[in-house]
Amino acid sequence: MDIIKSIESDQIKENVENFKIGDTIKVFYKIIEGKTERVQVYEGLALALNNAGINRTVTVRKISHGVGVERIFPINSPKIEKIEVTRRGKVRRAKLYYIRERVGKAAKVKELIKKKADQK
Amino acid sequence: MLSLIGKKVGMTQVFDETGVLTPVTVVKVEENVVIANKSIEKDGYEAVVLGSIERKEKHTTKPVAGQFKEGVTPKRKIVEVRDFGKECAVGDTFGVELIEGVEFVDVIGTSKGKGYQGVMKRHNFGGGRKTHGSKFHRANGSTGMAATPSRVIKGTKMAGRMGGERKTVQNLQVVKIDTERQVLLIKGAVPGTKDSFVIVRKAKKL
Repeated sequence: MDIIKSIESDQIKENVENFKIGDTIKVFYKIIEGKTERVQVYEGLALALNNAGINRTVTVRKISHGVGVERIFPINSPKIEKIEVTRRGKVRRAKLYYIRERVGKAAKVKELIKKKADQK
Repeated sequence: MLSLIGKKVGMTQVFDETGVLTPVTVVKVEENVVIANKSIEKDGYEAVVLGSIERKEKHTTKPVAGQFKEGVTPKRKIVEVRDFGKECAVGDTFGVELIEGVEFVDVIGTSKGKGYQGVMKRHNFGGGRKTHGSKFHRANGSTGMAATPSRVIKGTKMAGRMGGERKTVQNLQVVKIDTERQVLLIKGAVPGTKDSFVIVRKAKKL
């Protein structure tokens, strides 16, 4: 198994998982259109982290034109340029699937406000 | 045909630069040594005998030890390869570098033993209905004709032992040749269990 782990560890990116579940994140995703390459930004709520190792994925949910959209990103993919956190969320679960059934203000995740003493 | 003796390590996935995730089998190649050369004059055909993975001295009987000529230590796996396609002398060693530049390979291994299996699993028979009064579920059905020939034709597909036999999977893509770890990454599945011997051969039909 050690050989397999070392092959996988070559491809696993460092410090990509800089967010936590409940955070609002921006995923910078490279798109190839013919010959040009551009970066698309997808912003939404980090709903769940799944799998392990090379195939680790994050589910990101956003409301687009009144319709809930969920996209699953493989976080070790070379197509993901970076992931930025725009807002920290305060949640008590690892999977926020209950958000799907909520509408309006009930679907909101409270912002995590840290004490100044904890930040250090 | 260029061939190497390897050991199946297991499966994983790799990303390529466009972000496509490919399933690969990892094959570890320990040093392959040329044990003998067969020639047309002496043996009637040309072949190279390869050996790999050290065999302990106490496990080596004298008849086995006799195959290993001067300077070559006894090996656990010995394979004869016809028409190797490369000049080599006894004692030469190869690693994964041997198949550098080869895009597709055939992999030969011993498939996993499945035990005694019925015809649906073993020969992909269709089987019958499960419900609506059907009394024919997974049985093999008819095995032949009537009074003529009044016997079952040899080779008729029936239930029996499945797996545990030599299998070749052809034209598998080589995703990566890792000279540092002496490892091959081959796209897709390869016959056999983990830690079983496999022969990686340059694709025959390409």
